[in-house]
Amino acid sequence: MSQSLRSTALFVFVVALILGTGFVQSWNSALLILNMGLVSALMALGVNLQWGFAGLFNVGVMGFVALGGLATVIISMPPVRAAWAVGGTGVLAALAVGAATIALAIWLTRSIPRGKLRAVAMLAVLIAGFVLYRLLFDPATTAIEKIDPAVTGYLGGLGLPIVLAWPVGGLLAAGAAWVIGKIALGLRSDYLAIATLGIAEIIIAVLKNEDWLARGVKNVIGLPRPVPYEIDLQNDPAFVARATDLGLDVTTASTLYVKVGYGLMFAVVLVVVLVLAQLALKSPWGRMMRAIRDNEVAARAMGKDVTRRHLQIFVLGSAICGMAGAMMTTLDGQLTPASYQPLRYTFLIWVMVIVGGSGNNFGAVLGGMLIWFLWVQVEPIGAAVMDLVTSGMADGSDLKIHLLNSVAHMRLLTMGVILLVVLRFAPRGLLPER
Amino acid sequence: MDLLNAFVALANFVLIPAIAYGAQLALGALGVTLIYGILRFSNFAHGDTMAFGAMVTILVTWLLQGWGVSLGPLPTALLALPFGILGAMALVLITDRTVYRFYRKQRVKPVILVIVSMGVMFIYNGLVRFIIGPDDQRFADGERFIISVRDFKALTGLDEGLAIRTTQGLTLVTAVITVAVLFWFLNRTRTGKSMRAYSDNEDLALLSGINPERVVMITWLIVAALATIAGTLYGLDKTFKPFTYFQLLLPVFASAIVGGLGSPIGAIAGGFLIAFSEVGITYAWKKVATYALPDALAPNSLLQLLGTDYKFAVSFVILVIVLLVRPTGLFKGKSV
Repeated sequence: MSQSLRSTALFVFVVALILGTGFVQSWNSALLILNMGLVSALMALGVNLQWGFAGLFNVGVMGFVALGGLATVIISMPPVRAAWAVGGTGVLAALAVGAATIALAIWLTRSIPRGKLRAVAMLAVLIAGFVLYRLLFDPATTAIEKIDPAVTGYLGGLGLPIVLAWPVGGLLAAGAAWVIGKIALGLRSDYLAIATLGIAEIIIAVLKNEDWLARGVKNVIGLPRPVPYEIDLQNDPAFVARATDLGLDVTTASTLYVKVGYGLMFAVVLVVVLVLAQLALKSPWGRMMRAIRDNEVAARAMGKDVTRRHLQIFVLGSAICGMAGAMMTTLDGQLTPASYQPLRYTFLIWVMVIVGGSGNNFGAVLGGMLIWFLWVQVEPIGAAVMDLVTSGMADGSDLKIHLLNSVAHMRLLTMGVILLVVLRFAPRGLLPER
Repeated sequence: MDLLNAFVALANFVLIPAIAYGAQLALGALGVTLIYGILRFSNFAHGDTMAFGAMVTILVTWLLQGWGVSLGPLPTALLALPFGILGAMALVLITDRTVYRFYRKQRVKPVILVIVSMGVMFIYNGLVRFIIGPDDQRFADGERFIISVRDFKALTGLDEGLAIRTTQGLTLVTAVITVAVLFWFLNRTRTGKSMRAYSDNEDLALLSGINPERVVMITWLIVAALATIAGTLYGLDKTFKPFTYFQLLLPVFASAIVGGLGSPIGAIAGGFLIAFSEVGITYAWKKVATYALPDALAPNSLLQLLGTDYKFAVSFVILVIVLLVRPTGLFKGKSV
């Protein structure tokens, strides 16, 4: 089977799966799967850029996704004027002091030769900077968090349209990726993995604990939406007339309309990124990246600046993940830091990339949609299987109860098995790199 | 100024917890570093291996408790520990046979093995959650304290109390015994020497007739034992929750890298370094400072450098500093 036929067949298969969900379960769940599938596909594209093109092992996807989520809050929520009045300048000044301290430390490293003098100067700068930072930061954040803590207690955002948060989320993620890349790229590959794992945990810890920033575990709910609210549609006579013309229940029609709206927006972004990624792959730049991936030493000998190129593609891939994260939070309509789990947001994306076919953009998209479908559907399927397995057991037996309760954990097991099976028997994925 | 009380407070809140935590991290990092030295990849499934071993130990502990078996003042889990080790050994050997061996034969790049270990991590994680559930489990029993705060105060007449929990004492004793046995094995036995030779130079080791499959198998057995001991001690000392074991990956890896990947001594040093920094930086020093400083200088604030929620940030920052300054780690590990 030729590759293009194969990929068409596989994509038709995924579409059929989603349509099947629509017919068997409900169109609502089908669209839910489709929307998150599109977002997952975008994340997988980002990771594929890093792993498939350049062989960089990023296990901090969750952190970049969460930064995208933070961007939605910063961009779209209305500013809390009272909080800005009591603590805005304090926080900004503290952050400026923090940045200046780090800048000064870097400057010291560059300008003073290694030795006792540098160590002492560095320590002095860091300690002084930290103390000053805390002196400015603590009172400001305490004041901010006291402003109506049940509803706000944070600085709020800029009150801009939420779609703007998508590129901004990408920028935030790119910034974090640049810092990490600067530190860990150029060292052995496992170090990047550990460093990204660490930064992801730290980003989540910041989101959970810095209430002044995005309310921490109190969550920011009711983010503005780029599509109309269902209730407004239901009160719109024109919409009601059209829905009845189509023979649809108005409530169902409104929820479907909203989800289709999201789906179209996500699809546009996905297509744009996919086209760009595809162009990049085919360009001299893409060929250089793959050359570096396949033989770093040779590429270096040809005069390529391997570390710089790695940094470049690492930042780009993370930016895509950040953008996808912002889109996901937009879809959810709320930022809940406690919901970010590494197994779900980092390792699942990896399964998508590996299963889809690393190095192939279409493969990443396919893997994203397919694995997301499985992730959602494994639970009902697992429950059905478990019902079957336990049907012979006595009702109320401990084992039966235990097995039925454990169905929720089938997902991880299934994903692990899928990953290992693909790695073993089709290491290049469903759609291999050409 | 009251230096004695300051020291007791310091010991109670920083030194003793950090020593116990450091011992647990060191045991975990030893496992990571051994896998790295012999099999040459970073094993992401290590945290979940610890969880699995601890889980088997817990199940056997419950069984023993149900039969009314106990060790008196010591936790019953000690009796169950060998079974946990056997369980973890069986698990990693099966994994090695069915998963890792295939890739070893192909001599794939280490990063592929890391991804494979990620899949294994998923499966272990799912298994543990499937069998014991994702919630907290308590299985510690026996005497809670070696010295309780009240006894200590009565004994010494100091204002500050000092408590040493049984689990903390046990952690240290077990860790010392384990490490002593491990180093004796690595340095004195023929098999241990062949392991070190294999780690230093694979080709030379093969030339001198060392059977690589045997070395790999013994490594997995040792790693399973270390992981189970570390996991059980951590669970006894704090609490058993599958997700926290996954989160332990970061400090464990940080310890191994800080010490120098592939270096057992480094892993131990790294473990204690990370533990002391974590506890020291997230501890509110007000009490100690109030005792140690003259009254005029007594602090008003908590003197806490970072909230306890940021303890991962500490291991991360230390890791970054080491990567920047000395990428091979403190004890010159491997760095490719």
